[in-house]
Amino acid sequence: MQKSLHIDASKCTGCLQCEMACSYENYGVFNLAKSRIKVFNFEHEGRKVPYTCTQCAEAWCMNACPVDAIAINAATGAKVVNEAVCVGCKVCTIACPFGTVNYVADTGKVQKCDLCDGHPACAEACPTAAITFVDSDWTGLDKMRAWAGKTDTAARASA
Amino acid sequence: MRHLIIGNGPTGLVAAETLRRLQPQADIVLIGDEAEPPYSRMAIPYFLQGGIGVDGTYLRKSPDHYAKRRIQLLQARVSWVDPVKKVIELADGKRERYDKLLIATGSHPVRPDVPGMDLPNVHTCWTLDDARAIAAKAKPGARVLQLGAGFIGCIIMEALAARGAKLTIVEMGDRMVPRMMTEKAGGMIKHWVERKGVSVHVNEAITAIEQQGDALVAKVSRGGTPIVADLVICAAGVRPNIGFLAGSGIEIGRGIRVDNHMQTSVADVYAAGDVVEAIGFHSGQPELNAIQPNAVDQARVAAHNMAGEATVSQGSLAINVLDTLGLISSSFGQWWGAKKEEGGTGVELVDEGNFRYLSLQFQDDVLIGATSLGWTEHVGVLRGLIQTRTRLGAWKDRLLADPTGFMAAYLGSAQKAA
Amino acid sequence: MAWTRKILRVDLSKGTCKAEPLNMEWAQLYLGQRGLATKYFVSEVDPKVDPLSPANKLIMTTGPLTGTPASTGGRYSVVTKGALTGAIACSNSGGYFGAELKFAGWDMIIFEGKSPKPVYLWIENDKAELRDAAHLWGKTTWQTEETIKKAHQDPQIRISSIGRAGENGVLYACVVNDLHRAAGRSGVGTVMGSKNLKAVAVRGTLGVGNLKDPKAFMAAAAAGKKVLAGNAVTGQGLPTYGTQVLMNVINEMGALPTRNHRDVQFEDARKISAEAMREKRPTDGKTHLVANSACFGCTIACGRISKIDETHFSVVNKPEYWGANGGLEYEAAWALGAANGVGDLEALQYANLICNEDGFDPISFGATVGAAMELFELGIIKKEQIGMDAPFGSAKALCELARMTAVGEGFGKELGMGSARLCAKYGKPELSMSVKGQEFPAYDSRGIQGMGLTYATSNRGACHLRSYTVASEVLGIPVKTDPLVTEGKADLVKAFQDATAVFDSAGICIFTSFAWSLADVQPQLDAACEGNWTMEKLGEVGERIWNMERQFNLAAGFTAKDDDLPPRLKTEPAKTGPAKGLVNGIDKMRPEYYKTRGWDAQGVPSKETLKRLGL
Repeated sequence: MQKSLHIDASKCTGCLQCEMACSYENYGVFNLAKSRIKVFNFEHEGRKVPYTCTQCAEAWCMNACPVDAIAINAATGAKVVNEAVCVGCKVCTIACPFGTVNYVADTGKVQKCDLCDGHPACAEACPTAAITFVDSDWTGLDKMRAWAGKTDTAARASA
Repeated sequence: MRHLIIGNGPTGLVAAETLRRLQPQADIVLIGDEAEPPYSRMAIPYFLQGGIGVDGTYLRKSPDHYAKRRIQLLQARVSWVDPVKKVIELADGKRERYDKLLIATGSHPVRPDVPGMDLPNVHTCWTLDDARAIAAKAKPGARVLQLGAGFIGCIIMEALAARGAKLTIVEMGDRMVPRMMTEKAGGMIKHWVERKGVSVHVNEAITAIEQQGDALVAKVSRGGTPIVADLVICAAGVRPNIGFLAGSGIEIGRGIRVDNHMQTSVADVYAAGDVVEAIGFHSGQPELNAIQPNAVDQARVAAHNMAGEATVSQGSLAINVLDTLGLISSSFGQWWGAKKEEGGTGVELVDEGNFRYLSLQFQDDVLIGATSLGWTEHVGVLRGLIQTRTRLGAWKDRLLADPTGFMAAYLGSAQKAA
Repeated sequence: MAWTRKILRVDLSKGTCKAEPLNMEWAQLYLGQRGLATKYFVSEVDPKVDPLSPANKLIMTTGPLTGTPASTGGRYSVVTKGALTGAIACSNSGGYFGAELKFAGWDMIIFEGKSPKPVYLWIENDKAELRDAAHLWGKTTWQTEETIKKAHQDPQIRISSIGRAGENGVLYACVVNDLHRAAGRSGVGTVMGSKNLKAVAVRGTLGVGNLKDPKAFMAAAAAGKKVLAGNAVTGQGLPTYGTQVLMNVINEMGALPTRNHRDVQFEDARKISAEAMREKRPTDGKTHLVANSACFGCTIACGRISKIDETHFSVVNKPEYWGANGGLEYEAAWALGAANGVGDLEALQYANLICNEDGFDPISFGATVGAAMELFELGIIKKEQIGMDAPFGSAKALCELARMTAVGEGFGKELGMGSARLCAKYGKPELSMSVKGQEFPAYDSRGIQGMGLTYATSNRGACHLRSYTVASEVLGIPVKTDPLVTEGKADLVKAFQDATAVFDSAGICIFTSFAWSLADVQPQLDAACEGNWTMEKLGEVGERIWNMERQFNLAAGFTAKDDDLPPRLKTEPAKTGPAKGLVNGIDKMRPEYYKTRGWDAQGVPSKETLKRLGL
């Protein structure tokens, strides 16, 4: 059974431990600007919303990549950027309708969530269980996936 | 079932791979006329800059990728299509039969009808061979004149600058990337590249190019000072590769006309990518949109229909991202907005000193277009909001007051996260 | 490095911004944040300086753990000579600003001089420049944040700013960051306003890396978080109820100062408690409380976010105040509520919102209103002077006075002076419930004796955050002591004061100390910071900081007479509750404390003490 990140925004306090864990895992520094998960603050509603790639079936980023730099990790199902191949053209960043692939000027490459090889640092760091890593069937990602379907110009079966 | 695909760029390749997934038994032939494995034109600037080798431009990196998927690669130039007999003819006279045909021949660069465009040191920058020729000539200190400041002109600029060339750009429009950027944003990009040492002439055209000794001298419209260069690069736009279809009966406008299944006017013949004039997402009218993400989306739609799974395209949506000497810009959809009487409103936020810019355009409470400079985070949601025609409700007024909150608006409306 | 080793010096008079290397020798002696910035401050500023003159300086400073995943590692402090007190001031705040400053590559910013016109400081990593703030002057902190983020087209910019209170010279104005967090006390915002500095806006994308031993640090930080999660206060009480968990507890103890300390129990305490915030309102069926929120890196999350009842008189027809906003926290709920006898939760949230929006300390404001209400009830200040009836318990008066104080209108100008100056002006200085000019927080020292000594000897004027003996006297942390006796409190206060100075210098929140002792902080600091950070060294650092601050205050003109409580607490016994009949025993505790500290009878550190600490 593949696992997915499950996000329960009602439990998020906005401490950003997830963002620090993400950047530390991937770059060895605490740097929110390099985090692949982002917590958004809805001031008026008093709500914090962690948000990252859902590893969507459509894989807009992967399909749009002109140099085959994004591939599926067979074990985790994550769409993973191969930095050695990425040329930094940024096409994936505008192709992903979820806005979860972003360009990092420092490295000249794009970055996205790769599920940390099956041990997501964000979920481990979250003190309130707002972010958990659970069996895919249990995730609330269906809502997002359904939404993704609306964006889909091609059939879902293609992925 | 035998699928022929003419054109081995991203469109042809994605269609071939999609077909293979859908029809494990079918014959799939991918035809290209260049002596290279399928490669990406998007990667050419990085090849030209020296950041990657030629294999870095290949669309698929593993050499047995095609054999493994039983996708037959055929190097040939197609000279004719006969939809009645369901055959195509190759330049060497051979014929290939098909059950379903996909035309994904892409586009070619336009050379303006100006004397001297055929001189040896005047190049387009479109193929790997073009890039190799330019790399050999664009030496440090070389004077390079570039015709056109469109998308392609802009993406190769960085490579030329990195090679140490002294760059002059002549653009007929009133700003840089006029077909992709608002007036303000195009003007800001011009200022940016000028600050980086590039000389930019807008509202001007080259009227002739002459060889004078080792140098080329380009005459400028309206009696401007002639520009001396060692190398001229022509980046004056592209046009669909449709010449070989004359007399085939396939309906053609500026490109191949297709319906929302990516089917041409003729049964069993599909077309996708730069070569088509597909239904526009907003206009509902045939539009040319020579951009990569559209091309691969159309390829997938075409492949599904070729495999017998009825699938509909929502229409082609222009989305572009550009890096001009470190200034990153993007534009989406109907970035120029809609008329007020049609429910159009918009907001533009300009910080010229820091080269940051954001324009959002709405029709009623739906985002229809956007332009940004200096934004790299989460810009994809601009596409998401446009393409899902998300009703923004109260978020629209918040965005009109402060467009920088587009990500929050996306989460709040499309994802109902707040 | 835990330190970025870089400080930014901003000369507001000349309009220049210059980078300087951090004094690493001092870093080994004073750690960071409160200790290190105060060392810079006392080395550069004449103790006799008028706090509101250009010769005063203001330092925004981070600690070595700021911007790291150490729990609560997002703190920053504002150090200056306090406008309200004339004493050394160090106000600490959470939110996200401190970490962002660190991510931009700066340990601290030293502001000096005075700008000829309103400016704000814009920092983008190593780039720093002063920008015109004419369009921001006269704006609230919330408007300021919104305007700056929009102008720079970056919602991720973090901002600390002053509101209209800081511009208008309210003597207890604070510096507000991230809308609802504040460096709240002693008038640090007033000093900022006096320098024509409206805001500091930071975008930092460099991050914090190169800790001394990252692996050991991650392990120590994780162990620390586990301790917090397993503790009854930091793992359950604060996350569930917020700081307001204390309202009913302290009231039961007979230590909830009520109506300007006339009483020690408030009959309406329950109505303004954490429990009340979670009850459905009869008017709209919604709870007052909307969400819990954490500051940067905090795994406790004591912060509260609430919405005011839209039909409440304070906000009816004011939709701009219907959104979620910070609070209530215990101190504000007490100062705006019990201290004035006001039991209307919605009114307290509104007054608290005005304090956040326009940047002034709800503790000093609320307590000053309490003093004014007493003066009104005594007939010393008349209705005509205030512009309204202002008896104890008047929610309407509280809300209106908050607005008037923010904008400096009418009697609001007088409230903006603080209770000490207000009561002195009306010939009743003894009615000001303050020490060194700063109002008490929410613990009556007749019911919690150690807090009397805490207040009297706090280097920044009356304050609970310099030695929170409530932890020991009420909650039994680290050991239970009897709140009603004075015995042993001198040692207790000294120990808390020294340890707190370390917490405040590390970049972490003092609330961790409900669960953490220095022994929990030490491994985190030692793994992060170069040098050998033993328990002994940390203990010494804390004591050194305390004595350094004391020296500054003595040089500024404070004497042992200023280490005292108002006569009410020494002569009017508690009327009800467990402390009934008791007054505070400060006169007994003070000499013991001086002795414990190694100070003479006048409260002056002895030569030996100073020598021992290297001062």
